[in-house]
Parts: sequence; structure tokens; C-alpha cells
Amino acid sequence: MNRRFNWPLLVGFVLTIAAFLTYFFVFVWFPVTRDFPWANLLIFVVALVFLFTGVRRGFASDRPHPTRAKVVTSIVATLSLVIIGLFVFITLVGGRWLPASKGAPQVGQRAPDFNLPDANGKPVSLNELLTSPINGAAPKGVLLVFYRGYW
Amino acid sequence: MDKFNEAGIRPVAISTDTSQESRDLIQKAGYSFPFLSDHNTEAIRRYDLVHKGAGISGGDIARPAEFLIDSTGTVRWVNLTENYWIRARPEQVLEVAKLLK
Repeated sequence: MNRRFNWPLLVGFVLTIAAFLTYFFVFVWFPVTRDFPWANLLIFVVALVFLFTGVRRGFASDRPHPTRAKVVTSIVATLSLVIIGLFVFITLVGGRWLPASKGAPQVGQRAPDFNLPDANGKPVSLNELLTSPINGAAPKGVLLVFYRGYW
Repeated sequence: MDKFNEAGIRPVAISTDTSQESRDLIQKAGYSFPFLSDHNTEAIRRYDLVHKGAGISGGDIARPAEFLIDSTGTVRWVNLTENYWIRARPEQVLEVAKLLK
């Protein structure tokens, strides 16, 4: 076995980064993997297995450069744990930092009116949205989607 | 989006983005429903959805929320997510939309 190169550590680290990035670039587009990031947590678990193996290898006494191996292993392992922690924090904790919106309109209440410019700068009111036809028929309803913005 | 139109439902997106920013987004993503610009958080305040200082430059923006309003102007369904990463699914809305006349 090649004792010089600690491949489980590298695989674990690459998997950790992959698990982190794929949520925001891939899994976020599918509700099943977005609502709860189980796919990414699964990859993290696999990454942790590799990291654990890698750490054991890095700290083994038969390394050609024991001190260097220990330092590199420690840095890579710590960095990986920080990435995993950051991910859990962003998705499960940070995502909950939202205002309670206790005063938001509730089911059965009248929706507050508004008059806002559309993408062409033309003012549009809720009443217009509720009355102007869709495909020639009066709309049954309007779905207001408030979003954070394209920043 | 066609499914919404077939159900007689008009999706409308509202954010603090300017009309210009919405125009860029529509062009890039090919959306065919209205995007309204609430730059001064007028409607967002009226719906109590202001997320203070959460914008990229510390400005106030809207927290994610969805409201289904029937033709009489009455709210029929509300989704105020507790986690930013969890959003309403179109099927949920279409299910409620079936009940609208």
C-alpha cells in the first residue's frame, strides 16, 4: 500500500466541499432535496468516514514525515469540520432568521390593496390583477409571491 | 406556470427589486407572469413581511411568503415559511386553487 499519499483524507475533503456546493447549485432546485438537505447530509456522512480514515492514517507512526503529516491532516480535518458546521448552520439555523409577520393577512381576511410598478414601470393594482382576464377568462385568483429579490 | 394559468390563477411576484432588475430577471429566466417592484416596501409593510436590514446592502427586503387571493379579494391560503430554504410547492397551491370559483 502506498503510505506516502493519504488519499482517504483528500477524498473526504473533496466530498465535503462537493456536499457543500451541490446544495446551492444542484439540490436547491428540487423541493425534495431542498426542504431538508438529506442528500447533502448523506454525502457529508460519507465524507466523514473518509476523513476519519484519513486522520487515522495521517497520525499513524509509519508516515515518512510524521510531523508534516500530522499538521496537514489536522488542517484538512478541521477545515472539513468547519465546512460541515457552516452548512448545517446555514440551512437549519440561519434559514430560520425570519420575522414572525404576525400582522400578515390571514385566511378569510381581505387582502390589502397595493399599486406597484411592473417590470415595464406601469403601475398595477391588486384589483387589476384580480380582474384582467387570463386567456380570455376572468381569473379565479391571484397568487402573490413575495420574494427576497434578485440580489 | 401554464398549470397556474389553466387553473385560472395569476402568479404575481413582488420584491424590492427595481423594475429594471425585474426586467433583467424576466429576460434571463423567461418568466411570463407579472413582477412588481416594491422598492419602498409599501405593500411589503402592509402585508407585514418586512425583513429589516436583510438586503445585500443592509436595506429592508421582503421575507419569503405566498398568498392565494380569490376573485373577491379574500385571502384563501397563506404560506409563511419558518425556514428560508423551505418554500411552498406549486402542487400545494394548485390543490387549494381547485376550491376557488
